[in-house]
Amino acid sequence: MRTRPLPAPQARRIPVAIPRGAVGWFPLAATGILLVGFPALAEAVGWRFYLNLVTKAMILGLACSGLNLVLGYGGLVSFGHATYFGLGAYTAAVLAREGIRTAWVIWPAGILVAALAALVIGAVCLRTRGLSFIMITLAFAQMVYYGVISFKQYGGQDGLRAPRTDLGFHMGDVALYYLTLLLLTVCLGILWRVVHARFGRALQAIRDNEARAAAIGFPAYPFQLVAFVLSGALTGLAGILMAHHAQYVSPAMLSWPQSGAFLLMVILGGVGNFWGGVVGAAAMVALEEIFHAATIHWQLPVGLILLGVVLLAPRGLVGLLEGRPR
Amino acid sequence: MGNRTPFRLVVALALLVALPAGAQPRTVRIGFVSTLSGGGAALGQDVLDAFKLALRHLGNRLGGLPVEVLVADDQQNPDVARTAVERMLRRDQVDFVTGIIFSNVLLAVGDLVFQNQTFYISPNAGPSEYAGEQCNFYFLNVAWQNDNMHEAMGHYAQLKRYETAFILAPNYPAGRDALTGFKRFYKGRVIGEVYTRLGQLDYSAEIAQIRAAAPKAVYAFYPGAMGVNFIKQYAEAGLMQQIPLLLPGFSADADVIRAVGRSMVGVFNSSHWALELFNPINRRFVEDFRRTYNRIPTLYASQGYDAALALDHGLRAVGGDLSRKAEFRSAVLSGFETTRGRVRFNRNGYPIQNYYLRQVVEMPNGEIVNRLRGTIFRNHGDAYVSRCRLP
Amino acid sequence: MPGFPAALVLEQLLNGLQLGLMLFLLASGLTLVLGIMDVVNLAHGSLYMLGAYFAATLAHGTGSFWAGVALAVLATAGIGILLEVSVLRRVYTRDHLTQVLATFALILVFNEGVRMIWGPQALLLTVPQELARPVRLLPGLGYSAYRLFLIGVGIGLAAGLFLLIHRTRLGMWVRAGASNRAMAQAMGVPIRRVFTLVFGVSAGLCAVAGALLGPILAVQVGMGEEILILAFVVIVIGGIGSVKGALVGALLVGIVDTAGRALLPPLFMHLLPPEVASNLGPAVASILIYLLMAAVLFLRPQGLFPVRA
Repeated sequence: MRTRPLPAPQARRIPVAIPRGAVGWFPLAATGILLVGFPALAEAVGWRFYLNLVTKAMILGLACSGLNLVLGYGGLVSFGHATYFGLGAYTAAVLAREGIRTAWVIWPAGILVAALAALVIGAVCLRTRGLSFIMITLAFAQMVYYGVISFKQYGGQDGLRAPRTDLGFHMGDVALYYLTLLLLTVCLGILWRVVHARFGRALQAIRDNEARAAAIGFPAYPFQLVAFVLSGALTGLAGILMAHHAQYVSPAMLSWPQSGAFLLMVILGGVGNFWGGVVGAAAMVALEEIFHAATIHWQLPVGLILLGVVLLAPRGLVGLLEGRPR
Repeated sequence: MGNRTPFRLVVALALLVALPAGAQPRTVRIGFVSTLSGGGAALGQDVLDAFKLALRHLGNRLGGLPVEVLVADDQQNPDVARTAVERMLRRDQVDFVTGIIFSNVLLAVGDLVFQNQTFYISPNAGPSEYAGEQCNFYFLNVAWQNDNMHEAMGHYAQLKRYETAFILAPNYPAGRDALTGFKRFYKGRVIGEVYTRLGQLDYSAEIAQIRAAAPKAVYAFYPGAMGVNFIKQYAEAGLMQQIPLLLPGFSADADVIRAVGRSMVGVFNSSHWALELFNPINRRFVEDFRRTYNRIPTLYASQGYDAALALDHGLRAVGGDLSRKAEFRSAVLSGFETTRGRVRFNRNGYPIQNYYLRQVVEMPNGEIVNRLRGTIFRNHGDAYVSRCRLP
Repeated sequence: MPGFPAALVLEQLLNGLQLGLMLFLLASGLTLVLGIMDVVNLAHGSLYMLGAYFAATLAHGTGSFWAGVALAVLATAGIGILLEVSVLRRVYTRDHLTQVLATFALILVFNEGVRMIWGPQALLLTVPQELARPVRLLPGLGYSAYRLFLIGVGIGLAAGLFLLIHRTRLGMWVRAGASNRAMAQAMGVPIRRVFTLVFGVSAGLCAVAGALLGPILAVQVGMGEEILILAFVVIVIGGIGSVKGALVGALLVGIVDTAGRALLPPLFMHLLPPEVASNLGPAVASILIYLLMAAVLFLRPQGLFPVRA
């Protein structure tokens, strides 16, 4: 068996926003109530457009929470997570195009495709470390990207329209909103259990010191691979929901700038913190919308803010709220 | 609008974001989404400039109603266009959408607009998808159906008896329509049919293939920057003198001529519109466009101008009542005066018009322009209308 | 199988060489920055874009293509140094994720900044008159003089870079720093100044590539991203920190990509309908490059010409 080079003891670690206590119940409850009641509020004041925006934020929050599992808890910088997002979305679209519209087939299929991809890609990539890992995840992402756009009958570079799934009833915007909210809650629940179980703690131990973790019986490879697959599945589910939401899938969902955007959202929220994914995604969507309304050159202030966050507040928004770690 | 909720921060934040959506006096709101950046920017800019010029000529009113135009850049990207159109339909609640240049972008947003029961007036993109079975009540095109200009050139190549031809186009809906159209009327032997990547700018590989195949003529459809690059590289490789290059009007209009220059003098191309077309609307359009924007208008500009004329004609016919949609449509379809004279439309929303032969020449004063050389087709419609089941 | 006349093969080989040498200009700077400064710089593509934009503006301003290119190189090198001093200094000691994200955010800033200053439309950069004609290489093959010129410039700069790295003191410091930074610093190499110089030179090389490719491609916002990915593939294949590796990797990538685009479509055309074939050709050629990169990473993770001690 080939031995992997050990990570250097002074290896620079990614800035993890370790929570210093559980998030209080009041913010959680308040957010929950607000989210549940939002559609009614939106309808009342004519904010139909913002209903879709919040749905999009929740979907991206799910994707980023998936990424956060391997990035924050696993310490693995995956520059190819858009692959799982895009594969989930494309599975949903292609099945719909072939006439299969029921969610009970689409959802498991999409999750399975994304998870399988994560298994294959992870199996290869996790044999490398550091910069090589980043580059090789990128390489696979590009391969999938070019592979998908070569399918002309499924839109090629132009993307594909995807009629919404039906669960026996017509899936309007409000129905999709509640569905997304429900799925997000369920997935966050699963993540919570995983992260607080022995598996999660082992993963973090491996992240902090691989040699020591291996010495006490937690070899990196199997744990990281399982985390990778789970992460891919969650991100894939987010992709499926995005296909339903936009009723359209495009190769951009598989592109490396999309992977970069996911990474940025997680670091904006707080890497390694449980809520980092959802907070980051929500903040990014809000930022984009605010600046979009303000100026046509919205990418400039958003880019500057992100640069500032990365350089000055690497523990993200959650890190800011919790103050400096002792 | 009662919005006194306990979460004042949320409201404040949201108010920052929710810019004015309600319009009290009845203004017509036009959502103008076009390619204003990247390789196709010159096209979108021409359409926009001409559209605004037309509005100025109409006293900033369409059908008597005051106008508000909201502009967005689709960056030649279907995703970006979709987001922009969604915002315009849902948040800004526009009455009409127009402006898109590229067919792949249009096909990605069309269903959004139609499902919203809003009219889309196309000042350019004319995909065959919307001409046949998928023709839609809410779709109108004031320019042409994608195949048309290429059909004209195919007919010309046939008349000139070029035995073999090598044909190229980008691999996207309009590109595929283009070569289909060319082959519909060209009956010689096509010894090479190449689809390149949309947005590709380096044609060295394809030029090498052309050289190796040695056809009697080359036909290429490349709009915008793609066309500029292809023609320049074709000339730099020494092929311009050896093998005649035939082009559709898109690839040989003022924007391309500006960029390529003298090396494309002599090239023949087809178009539904020309600078010297003799009618009052065109004279006024060309003169004012040159004066206002300091450049020669392209056929894209003429289409932008005509789009505004279409809106004006339709709205006038319904007396400014935006709910009378069927009458709006039939008023436009029955025809109106444009920069090309009077143009009628088929029931699928596409125009029936003449197609002319133009040639790029150098004028005595040094200017390089297109000159009208003849008429290829008269009252030519599109090949797909028979499959459209609209009344 | 169609016969491949000598002219076609030669022409495609030259195309591959031209692409490869231009890629080398970007990759060499990227590999040096990553090698001795251990900084992943995604904004490298933005420097390439700036080079093209400066060249277009200055060429029109001065009326001379050559002056435009020369001034663009200086201007971009200046911006590069400014960037190094202001932003990159802060991420030297940080982890790769932070570097990736910071420079990714910089891409957004640069793209929008360029759009604000120069407008959203693509700029025109024309091949200088003297070179806008074919050169007769073989009977029936008139190859663009401008492209030959690019090949010449690429070879010249490669040679110059080698001389710099292997025959000067600065080059010795650079090699020492790439091999083992801590040790080099302990031995008295003024590593900070070397960093700044390396970054300036790499920015200048980017500008050359951008300015020279401008007439062939288009000078537009976002032009850096696609070539950036290729540059990363090149340096991973070649070995991080190795200029020789960057050259070999770049030539490999350039020729594989061009050969793929040229040979695969006719091959597929025999088997599949035209639209599918000419999409599959470039798609598969692109995948080839990433497969190559993944294989190299897997089998020889340090690259073809490893430099790290």
